[in-house]
Amino acid sequence: MGLRTRLAAAFVAVALTAALLASGISYVLVRRALLERVQDTEITEVRQTVVRYVPVTTPPGAEGVVVEQLLGALRTSGRRAWATDIPGDQSDGPPDDRVRASAEATLRAPVSVDFSYRALHGTVFQRVRVRGHAYLLIGMLATPGRKAWGESRPLLLVAVSLRREEQELAWFTRALLIADGLAVLVALATALAATRGVLRPVRVLGRAAHALGEGDFSTRIGERGRDELSDLARTFNRTAEQLERMVGELRAKDAASRRFVADVSHELRTPLTSMVALTDVLAEEGGESARLVAAETRRLGDLVGHLIEISRFDAGAAALVLDDVVFAEAVAGTLGARGWTGEVAVDGPADLVVRLDPRRLDVIVANLVGNALRHGRPPVTLEFRREADGVEMSVADAGPGVPEDLLPLVFNRFVKAEAARSRSDGSGLGLSIALENAGLHGGMLAVGNRPEGGAVFTLWLPSAPQEDDDQERRTDAEHAANQHAANQHAVNQHEEDEPS
Amino acid sequence: MASILFVEDDPSARAALELALTRLGHRVTARSTGEDGLEALRARRPEIAVLDVMLPGIDGIELCRRLRRDDTLPVILLTARGDDLDVVLGLEAGADDYVVKPVEPRVLDARIRAVLRRAEQTHNDRSAYGDLVVDRSALKVTKAGRDVRLTPTELRLLLELTRRPGQAMTRQHLLAAVWEHTYPGDSRLVDACVQRVRAKIEDEPAEPRLIQTVRGFGYRFAAP
Repeated sequence: MGLRTRLAAAFVAVALTAALLASGISYVLVRRALLERVQDTEITEVRQTVVRYVPVTTPPGAEGVVVEQLLGALRTSGRRAWATDIPGDQSDGPPDDRVRASAEATLRAPVSVDFSYRALHGTVFQRVRVRGHAYLLIGMLATPGRKAWGESRPLLLVAVSLRREEQELAWFTRALLIADGLAVLVALATALAATRGVLRPVRVLGRAAHALGEGDFSTRIGERGRDELSDLARTFNRTAEQLERMVGELRAKDAASRRFVADVSHELRTPLTSMVALTDVLAEEGGESARLVAAETRRLGDLVGHLIEISRFDAGAAALVLDDVVFAEAVAGTLGARGWTGEVAVDGPADLVVRLDPRRLDVIVANLVGNALRHGRPPVTLEFRREADGVEMSVADAGPGVPEDLLPLVFNRFVKAEAARSRSDGSGLGLSIALENAGLHGGMLAVGNRPEGGAVFTLWLPSAPQEDDDQERRTDAEHAANQHAANQHAVNQHEEDEPS
Repeated sequence: MASILFVEDDPSARAALELALTRLGHRVTARSTGEDGLEALRARRPEIAVLDVMLPGIDGIELCRRLRRDDTLPVILLTARGDDLDVVLGLEAGADDYVVKPVEPRVLDARIRAVLRRAEQTHNDRSAYGDLVVDRSALKVTKAGRDVRLTPTELRLLLELTRRPGQAMTRQHLLAAVWEHTYPGDSRLVDACVQRVRAKIEDEPAEPRLIQTVRGFGYRFAAP
């Protein structure tokens, strides 16, 4: 669950609890006040009416008229009254069922035994509900202040409808609920506004951190305000600044050293041109020492050549010159040109055509095979096969393999398998250059040791290197190559733009 | 064995290569600037020019472009390793081949011999392809009756392509057959040379009909 949702939920929960609590309490208080007011008013009014209509002394036989008048005065809208004489011999116990049934019929409200009994001894009231409506039931003797009305007791019961009060309460409840709803809405709006205020900078910070992680060290964010979030923003900006400076310095140093290597290599080339030109002359004229100088000069030439090559990769100046190449022929050409044909067992499909830079493939194959022949032991095998999206080639030997601790380092510059940089024919750059060449094609070069012993280098090249958007071209090439292999001279004719 | 015009500004490199080439049997005329090179070109009529690309004043590429205007003299450029632009510009300027410094004299010697090697004369004489006539015994090519002036490399390329009309040849095959390069050669040499030959023998060099490109493969000579 997102921060926004959680914050909003918390806000709403708090607001809802507070609102419900407040409205619940006020409902209870208001309801009580309302009912008490009604009770007081009604009881007072009933009493006053009784006092007004029941004279202190009633002539005998006039009780019926007095009660009729009293009832007439009490019966107003929303009020029903009932009265009876309870004979003296019955007045000590509760009124019997017949009396209560008569009262209930008139009042249209239930009258309990207990209520009617207590009414014979003083003023009582009770709220009852009948068919969903509330009534206030008031019971008392119709002769207050006196023990008896002759020999009998006149019991007076009044039912007051509380419909109006109920309605008022209903209105009040509805108003409370609306207020609660509004409170929740306000809480939600406040929560969203608050989270917006908090989340927007958090989101900005998240994006900036992501950009920083992706290597964009120039990322900065706005730092308005004085709260914790803007503190965080300031800290972030300072960190990014430091990172940018440090990375910039490192890159500048790296670039400077690479440029230095490139410059040195280029400077070395001019004298080397003269020296290399004279090695043959020297070797013919001189003896052992001259031959040694000649050989070392050639080595130096190779080394400088490799340095210049790798400087070009560093400078991003290396470019692919793509051509459709029959892989088997390319491998055979590389091995043949170096006199290695008999030393390497080659296995792979003869008709595999790959679009690549043949001279760079030559460099890769020559370095891998040369490495295997120099550092490994025969038999050296070279296998290649078609993959779904490219070609895979592996060069394996039966030597001791690459020491485990050197495995991650073999493609580094000037790493040599033999201890303490013992002399070998390699410049120490061959595998780095092979790796760079594979990478230039968008391919990969990996090293490992075979379980049966010996090192194996695995090259993978994509069938369609960058900037080769023309799929048709490849298909045509295979088509053409197949026909060529079958020695058929009619080849599908396709014109292309002038070669550059 | 060949008379070479060699232009190189660095004195020791010039002296060393002059010495090495002389020992390999060539007659070398060494010059240090493009201007001197042009002068020597007119005075000595060498068989081949070996030009360093980086020269003060008129550089090797410009020199090559100028002599190519009215001459079929073979040109080999000496380029710095890794300066791909030099190679592209040099081939556009009409150079027949290039070698990368530092170069071993034997390699340069082999390239010189390959570029200078005359196309093989054969008995089966003349073939006509529309108004293009290739005379294999006289090693002459005419287009609508007029001589087409081709450098030795261009002539060998044309003869190789017309040897089996209709058959597609890969760039690497042409590099081995015409330039005598060991695998892998720079296929841009073929592309540049094909363009030059097309400019000389096609009616519409932009829409070649005789030397056709076989997509992703190489070239083919198509007899009309």
